[in-house]
Amino acid sequence: MSKKKSTSSAEARKSSAQTLLKELGQGIYSELDSGRFPSLTMGSRSVRNIVYDRKLQQFVLGPATVKRSSSNIKHIRPFAQLVWLAYFAQKLVQERKTSTLRDVFYSAQAFNVEFVDQAESDELITDLEVLLHTAREGLNIFPEERSSIFGNLTIEYTVPGYEGKKLDLSSHPDGVMIGPALTTAEFRDTSAEMVLAIEKGGLFTRFVEEQVHKRFKAILVNTAGQPPRSTRFLLKRLNQELGLPIGILCDADPWGAHIAMVIKSGSANAAHLRELTTPSAVWLGVWATDIVKYKLPSDKLTEVDVKRLYELKADPRYTDKMWHEELDTFLRIKKKSEQEAFARYGLSYIVDTYLPAKLELMKSA
Amino acid sequence: MSSKASFAEISPSEFFYRNRDLAGFTNPARALYMAVRELVENSFDACEMAGTLPEVYVRITAENPSPEFPEPKPYRLTVTDNGPGVSYQHVPSAFGKVFYGSKYVLRQSRGMFGLGGTMAILYGQITTNKPVMVTTSPEGKKKYSFQMMIDIGENRPIVLKRSSSEADGTTGTRVDLALEGDYTRAAQKIGDYFKQTALVASYANITFVDPLGQATFYERATSSMPTPPEETLPHPYGIDVEAFKRIVKVAEEHDMRSFMVAHFHRVGEKIATRFLEFAGISPRLPPKRLNNTQIVAIVDALQRFPDFLQPDAAVLSPVGEPILLAGVNKELQPEFCTVVSRPPSSYSGFPFLIEVAVAYGGKVLQPGMKLFRFANRIPLLYDESSDVSFKVLSEVDWRRYHVPTEAPVGIITHICSTRIPYKTVGKEYIADRPEIEREIRNAAREALRRLGLYLSKMETRQAVQRKMNIYGKYLPLIAKFSAGLANQKRMPRYHKLIGEGEKAGEAEAPAEEVQGTEKAMEIEQEKIDEFSGSKEE
Repeated sequence: MSKKKSTSSAEARKSSAQTLLKELGQGIYSELDSGRFPSLTMGSRSVRNIVYDRKLQQFVLGPATVKRSSSNIKHIRPFAQLVWLAYFAQKLVQERKTSTLRDVFYSAQAFNVEFVDQAESDELITDLEVLLHTAREGLNIFPEERSSIFGNLTIEYTVPGYEGKKLDLSSHPDGVMIGPALTTAEFRDTSAEMVLAIEKGGLFTRFVEEQVHKRFKAILVNTAGQPPRSTRFLLKRLNQELGLPIGILCDADPWGAHIAMVIKSGSANAAHLRELTTPSAVWLGVWATDIVKYKLPSDKLTEVDVKRLYELKADPRYTDKMWHEELDTFLRIKKKSEQEAFARYGLSYIVDTYLPAKLELMKSA
Repeated sequence: MSSKASFAEISPSEFFYRNRDLAGFTNPARALYMAVRELVENSFDACEMAGTLPEVYVRITAENPSPEFPEPKPYRLTVTDNGPGVSYQHVPSAFGKVFYGSKYVLRQSRGMFGLGGTMAILYGQITTNKPVMVTTSPEGKKKYSFQMMIDIGENRPIVLKRSSSEADGTTGTRVDLALEGDYTRAAQKIGDYFKQTALVASYANITFVDPLGQATFYERATSSMPTPPEETLPHPYGIDVEAFKRIVKVAEEHDMRSFMVAHFHRVGEKIATRFLEFAGISPRLPPKRLNNTQIVAIVDALQRFPDFLQPDAAVLSPVGEPILLAGVNKELQPEFCTVVSRPPSSYSGFPFLIEVAVAYGGKVLQPGMKLFRFANRIPLLYDESSDVSFKVLSEVDWRRYHVPTEAPVGIITHICSTRIPYKTVGKEYIADRPEIEREIRNAAREALRRLGLYLSKMETRQAVQRKMNIYGKYLPLIAKFSAGLANQKRMPRYHKLIGEGEKAGEAEAPAEEVQGTEKAMEIEQEKIDEFSGSKEE
């Protein structure tokens, strides 16, 4: 409906990343050139330094910092890896190319900077994020893609070769993959009034078939489990740039609940980033109380499920009374259900009956 | 011997003939090894006394060349040296009479009593009944050859044939004898003997040709030789009644005081006077008039008199650090070697000196400790576990010196003395006299301490090298990528930092630990496990 702002937030991010990378390089260069060992100071990502910020409703890094000095024999290798990574990111941004996390791991070898495994290179990428206060997506580094989006939204690509090209995201019924091209695209036009993030591809397809995007003016996002950061980033942009409310539908189990929570409040892993959370997102279901209310077919909670429920109860992100009641209900009924469980009432029941009831709730939220 | 008792007297030759086991000629294999050793040691002694760099040639051939001929069998042993030779008139007695040559003086020498060489000849004669052939060229002008046998009953040489010929200007002696042996079983020990002799006598050229005709050459590694030992009079502490009687028998002095001064080590007028007073013997008494009771009293007093001077160490001839190092480096090619020479000490009136070398690593030494024992430069190859060095080293706590248990370590112990306290006549292992034990322990500790220092220094050096390599690898990368990031064409001047990295790194490392990046990264992993659900990306 609105064709608002977006004077290229993607462009702005790109130039900011380039500036940051250049400044990083200049600092190191001038230290080396004047015969000193360069060092880098960044926020500590140790458990003790990850604190929950109630105002932001997400984990943030505390005041502790770590210094990584190239003069330290233990640090020089990760230091060199970090500088290489920055250099690699600079090339990506300049040449407007993207790289997956796996690509980064393999690319290093060409530059004589080996990583032991991808876990090590992923770790360094996180370090660079912390150092530059920039998400890796801003440096054109993306995870493997698995999420998709469908709905009435027209985007305009900014990736090389597609600049200015537009795509209506309702043009392909399987949805469009949320990859680097989509994440960096500008939003041009939409008639949608909300976004529904759905945990599983099965329900996503059902919603497309049932024309949810038309009936409820919703953009559908298949998170494919815990949403990748690029998807969370996209959700936040949809919320911020287009002002669309976000509703989340997941399985009725602790893992599903936590998907909703991570979209709202982020993960501890990304405590150093601010662009990934959508605090206003609403967990629509499926709740523990829905299992009772709708008499859904269910399975018994496993030991791991129960353990996870207790962990979530202790998690600072679960402050809301409603969330706690749901966690307690799980523990009381000792049951969990999948979204597909609504099929016992017919395939369209979830769209015809359940969803409208839940959307009422979102309006009131 | 001085008594005229009518008991059937046996000659020294007869005695050793009957008790040849005592001298180490226990079986054909051991006897062959002993014969080689005794003749070679005689050659070395002769060369060293004359200050000639030894050239020793040893050859063993089977008398019956057929390889099917079973062991034990007759062998011919030839030992040739470039020593000063033996004067014409002394040859028969020197090689055909047991106990010839040694007077009542003491000297650090390989053999004792001139016994070993003659024992080999005696053994050869009784097993093959063939004469020994000795050729010697004392001045280099004429060569004298003797073919002779030993009259065992009478302990005297029987010369069967003698001849002389023109010599080529070089001095030397050649002994050629036949004896029963078992080379198959002796080969290992004989090989070890030559290797170890080459190690300790690194100034010698040794050639050994085995019965198969294969020659092994041990090449000289240094042209400096140990200073030849001085002859010395016996120290009063080391004298027993029999030895005292023998000295009296040859003495020409007319009074006891000059007798004491003339025949004992480090006894002067003053000490002689005080000693005789202590023993209750008149200083004017002619030695020949001493009766048995007085002799026993004197010998007893010799042991108790507190003011005799310590034996003079000038009579000792240690191998010395440069020669021992040259030998160890030549034969063991170690990565590290150190030599510790103890100051002279004494036991029972006999001076002795301990040298210990410790070698580590290299091409020859195998994992574990190997002990090489030497006494007056003779390798000791048998009965290692009965030896005092073995005892001392088995008590060493290796961890104290930071030497790993399986480290390839060679330990060379050398005792030199005017009298080595062998436990047996076979001269293969040394008694554990407390004085000797103490000296070996002190020397070994010092040498091992140096090895420990070396090992830790090597560790540090390797660590430094590793660090240098790390800085050398990563600083250029940092320079290159930062130049790229900063859009600089010129590389930053980082080179001098490569050398500094290690220092700076050490200085800053503790501070870094407090800040705990490494630790944070470890915890990071835990945290990820802790907070991410199974569905996390």
